[in-house]
Amino acid sequence: MKFTGTDTYVATPDLMIAVNAAVTLQRPLLIKGEPGTGKTVLAHEVARAMNKDLLEWHIKSTTKAQQGLYEYDAVSRLRDSQLGDEKVHDIKNYINKGKLWEAFTADESPILLIDEVDKADIEFPNDLLQELDRMEFNVYETGETIKAINRPLVIITSNNEKDLPDAFLRRCFFHYIKFPDKETMIDIINVHFPDIQNILVREALNLFYDVRDVPGLKKKPSTSELLDWLKLLMVEDMPADVLKSRDPKKLIPPLHGALLKNEQDVHMLERLAFMNRRENR
Amino acid sequence: MFTNFFLNLRDHGVPVSLREYLTLMEGMQAGIANHSLEDFYYLSRATLVKNESNLDKFDQIFGHCFKGLEAPEAQDLTSEIPEDWLRKMAEKFLSPEEMAKIEAMGDWDKLMETLKKRLEEQDSRHQGGSKWIGTAGTSPFGAYGYNPEGIRIGQKESRHRRAVKVWDKREFRNLDDNVELGTRNIKVALKRLRNFARQGAAEELDLDDTIRSTAKQGYLDIKMVPERHNAIKVLIFFDIGGSMDPHIKLCEELFSAARSEFKHMEYFYFHNCLYEGVWQDNSRRHQNRFDTYDILHKYPHDYKVIFVGDASMSPYEIVYPGGSVEHWNEESGEVWMKRVLDVYQSAIWLNPTKEAHWDYTHSISLMRELMDDRMYPLTIGGMEKAMKELSRKK
Repeated sequence: MKFTGTDTYVATPDLMIAVNAAVTLQRPLLIKGEPGTGKTVLAHEVARAMNKDLLEWHIKSTTKAQQGLYEYDAVSRLRDSQLGDEKVHDIKNYINKGKLWEAFTADESPILLIDEVDKADIEFPNDLLQELDRMEFNVYETGETIKAINRPLVIITSNNEKDLPDAFLRRCFFHYIKFPDKETMIDIINVHFPDIQNILVREALNLFYDVRDVPGLKKKPSTSELLDWLKLLMVEDMPADVLKSRDPKKLIPPLHGALLKNEQDVHMLERLAFMNRRENR
Repeated sequence: MFTNFFLNLRDHGVPVSLREYLTLMEGMQAGIANHSLEDFYYLSRATLVKNESNLDKFDQIFGHCFKGLEAPEAQDLTSEIPEDWLRKMAEKFLSPEEMAKIEAMGDWDKLMETLKKRLEEQDSRHQGGSKWIGTAGTSPFGAYGYNPEGIRIGQKESRHRRAVKVWDKREFRNLDDNVELGTRNIKVALKRLRNFARQGAAEELDLDDTIRSTAKQGYLDIKMVPERHNAIKVLIFFDIGGSMDPHIKLCEELFSAARSEFKHMEYFYFHNCLYEGVWQDNSRRHQNRFDTYDILHKYPHDYKVIFVGDASMSPYEIVYPGGSVEHWNEESGEVWMKRVLDVYQSAIWLNPTKEAHWDYTHSISLMRELMDDRMYPLTIGGMEKAMKELSRKK
């Protein structure tokens, strides 16, 4: 089965190859890219396109690799033992399955999303090496070995906050989602808002890429911000010529709050627009 | 069958291993690449490159191996000269009519050729022209706010451009790790220098210890531990003024990144070389001076020391007493540097000048020797090496 994008997700040819390679060779796929270029969404869409279950494991700074396998709930066992509960004699009652365990033992091979792997401790990926490579692990408390019935497709996203260890990288396919060019962007917009006016899109895109080109922005707006902004424009029923008329009185693009998320950026844009107006006078 | 390609990648510093090569072969066998060159490019990129900073290198080597293009280090006009001022050159040396003509023809080679010719003419007429290239060429930070598309004056609309292969577009050029440093990038590099330790008030429940202790005591015995904090302590000395002026933006970024990354960070300024006094407020540098001796005594030896400076000065300023350009120093800069290095085992020097130019300045070699070769360029790659050195256990 080949992944070719879906009706709500535009995949570039290089992305398709990377996904298909990961599916065929059953290796994890590591996705990096600017925030908001659709890294997490990719996993959802691959799951939808291939009609598979999606298991999501969101990583935080406190997440340990062990939590993905299983956790031994010692505290409730201790409590049960003090209360004299019968459950206490079987240790299995206190082993909580993690996402990896669930993925390994699912009936049909699911898709496992390990989201923002770079948030965790620097050693985190190393702790998962064997588990992701051989797709099996040991439960020390009960002595059983959990082995994947069907190898799940593992998709890992990273925001590049930490370097991942080489040994981990060697086992993955890697894809860097670059910021889409104008044509791809139009495809993406068409997929999300099929009934949007063409002129509006064109004007909005021009404005959007103008804003992205402003030097020194702290956080450049990305695809997801553009989509939000377009949604707002549609809700407000903004006529296309408002965007087009570079009215010097209106300093910055309408509803800019959806595009710029940093007050310094807004100030900067205002300043630039102000200077621009003075030049034009 | 792609051994040559593989070895080439290794030679040019893309870290590929046999394992990845075998994966690529496996992928080929499984028919993922479908025998089209473009698919093969995507597949090999996904298998062999694991870091976006290597994508550009990969593109170049791929182009070289499969198309017989020039090797990346070939003395090619476009690869040597920063684009930003090439564009300026074009504006300066080509008349508007010529530009329009070239634009109409849409021929990149032609443009380069004309530009080259113009430059040669300029050179033979008077020397200002070539000096201008010289200075701009060696200033690595002139590239601020540069526009990667800028160079394509004539190329934008051409037939040529459309025929360009994906890997020849070199879209990932910006991600190469010795080009640009932003605050965020610096932070990521500085993050390598982390050493979490538990210090302060015990506020977190230590579950493992609680269980162990409860089992031992026979009653519920709660154990607490302090939260983990980054316990790295850093002293930064910035060279300020004079030859450092072109690097101010870079240093500002480094400073603000370091500020937020390290809780225990102290900074001081010096000029050209470290002497008996440093200061914290540049506008009051002559009133509010700190004795360097006091600093050596005040901050314990487990502080990590980072010097930031171009180390470009007259060698006398380092070696001789009284060599300083600002005041009369009783003892030479060399003596003071040695004193600092004796106290602090972990110390490095970050130099914003391009590494390739270090050998041309005598004082840089001197300082490097003093630092025991622990001088690194102020680029992402250099910072990472520097942080690795600092975090090495002494």
